[in-house]
Amino acid sequence: MKYLIMRRILQIGLLALYGAANWYGYKTILQGNLSASLLLQRVPLSDPFAVLQMLAAGAALSSTVLIGAAIIFVFYAVIGGRAFCSWVCPVNMVTDAANWTRRKLGISKVQKRVYMSRNLRYWVLGLSLLLSAVSGVAAFEMISPIAMAHRGIVFGMGFGGAALLVIFLFDLFVHENGWCGHICPLGGFYALISRFSLIRVFHDAEKCTACMKCKEICPEKEVLHMVARSSESVLMGECVNCGRCIEVCDDDALNFSIRKLAKKAKEKS
Amino acid sequence: MKNEQLSDRRKFLLTMARGVGLSAMGALVWTAYVEEVKAAPLVLRPPGAKKEADFLKSCIKCGLCVEGCPYDTLKLAAPGDNLPMGTPFFTPRSIPCYMCEDIPCVPACPTGALDSKSVQSELDGAMWWDIKKMDMGVAVVDTQSCIAFWGIQCDACYRACPLMDQAIKLEYRQNERTGKHAYLNPVVVPDVCTGCGMCEHACVTEKASITVLPREVAQGRAGSHYVKGWDKKDQERVKSAEGGTTTTERSKEKAIDTLNDMGDLLE
Repeated sequence: MKYLIMRRILQIGLLALYGAANWYGYKTILQGNLSASLLLQRVPLSDPFAVLQMLAAGAALSSTVLIGAAIIFVFYAVIGGRAFCSWVCPVNMVTDAANWTRRKLGISKVQKRVYMSRNLRYWVLGLSLLLSAVSGVAAFEMISPIAMAHRGIVFGMGFGGAALLVIFLFDLFVHENGWCGHICPLGGFYALISRFSLIRVFHDAEKCTACMKCKEICPEKEVLHMVARSSESVLMGECVNCGRCIEVCDDDALNFSIRKLAKKAKEKS
Repeated sequence: MKNEQLSDRRKFLLTMARGVGLSAMGALVWTAYVEEVKAAPLVLRPPGAKKEADFLKSCIKCGLCVEGCPYDTLKLAAPGDNLPMGTPFFTPRSIPCYMCEDIPCVPACPTGALDSKSVQSELDGAMWWDIKKMDMGVAVVDTQSCIAFWGIQCDACYRACPLMDQAIKLEYRQNERTGKHAYLNPVVVPDVCTGCGMCEHACVTEKASITVLPREVAQGRAGSHYVKGWDKKDQERVKSAEGGTTTTERSKEKAIDTLNDMGDLLE
């Protein structure tokens, strides 16, 4: 459970810091929101996908926001892009709740699986950029439930809660991992930039007893294709580095590792 | 072997075609929404905001300007406000812009959607914040509901204006009804007004009789056909104007010929 608890602390902690900056004027550590913020009142941070859309829309941007986007880009390219999804994004808490309810109610066992390609998110990603260029505004930012969620918590929700409820119900009753695992273009974007990231889950096939608990809990099941087959790192960019597989594994067959070290360890054995 | 390859290609093309089809469908709904919500001509933006179209392009919706504002004037549009989502705006009747001398909301902007240079002036080789260059909109008086125009003494807006006697002037008129009183009519000078909305906030009527509107909405444009012949400066305005002449069938002939040509009429 430790990764899950750490993730929740980080997710809620970040929102609390952003919220404290707006509601109480406590701006020492963090201010703004997940689209763009100021760390320690000095370091600019910004969402590289939002910036990419704005550039596609034809915006002339100042260097501050570009530097901020570069910092975040490099950070996630090293850490593992979709760590954003499971450690930072507030929607993750909504979809995790939907998944948990889904498991408890045994919905996946009863429901016939609806076919929805996991590549859908890359189409939505492409569409985000195309429509940004066509309409002259960052198109996904106009409808993003992620932005609605963190902006809502920090600056006032409006009807944004409805969007989150829709995502919850969609993931619960329509499609397992529907939003985060299939549609969200921001997840797609971070999956693309984490191709060479260093922090990876390593699977040790010798310890594995093929109980498949990890696959059951994993929000991106495809990335665990090697389970019970071969010892290797989870290299697919779609892995969100949430660490749930590590937590449910009773055989200590899965662990976080640094990519190259994992490779060397494998060569030795 | 060859057949198998062909079917793979076919499969791939069909998958792509399905993707394109779905995307087109999604794009239709998506752009319809974006274009609809973009059209918010009455929204008032923070000081230094670029022109609305450019502002929408470059605002990242982070709310740093909102946090920079010490008066809680600025708000981010939430879903349901029917404004471009997440963009900052203000409602002067609730909280106007108090025109801080250091304009803290503008330098907070990380993207340049709020353009510092547009609200600065050069003085002794250095750039200084210049609140007079702010342009959020322009105040418009409804002379029918403004009680000063009724002859009741009220100069709330005039006194609330941070550019008193510059952006709003009082026009004195004799009140013929009483014969011994004066009208003190507030008149906005659009070139000076910054659109801060302190007047709208101060207005005493039930619904404000002086309101701030975006300049683009409130003001007209005379165009290059009309020139103040008595004003040398105004000549400059039309210097680069392009001549617009309409050509019709008739205008190909000389005017005098067209007027004299009665042929069509007689036939």
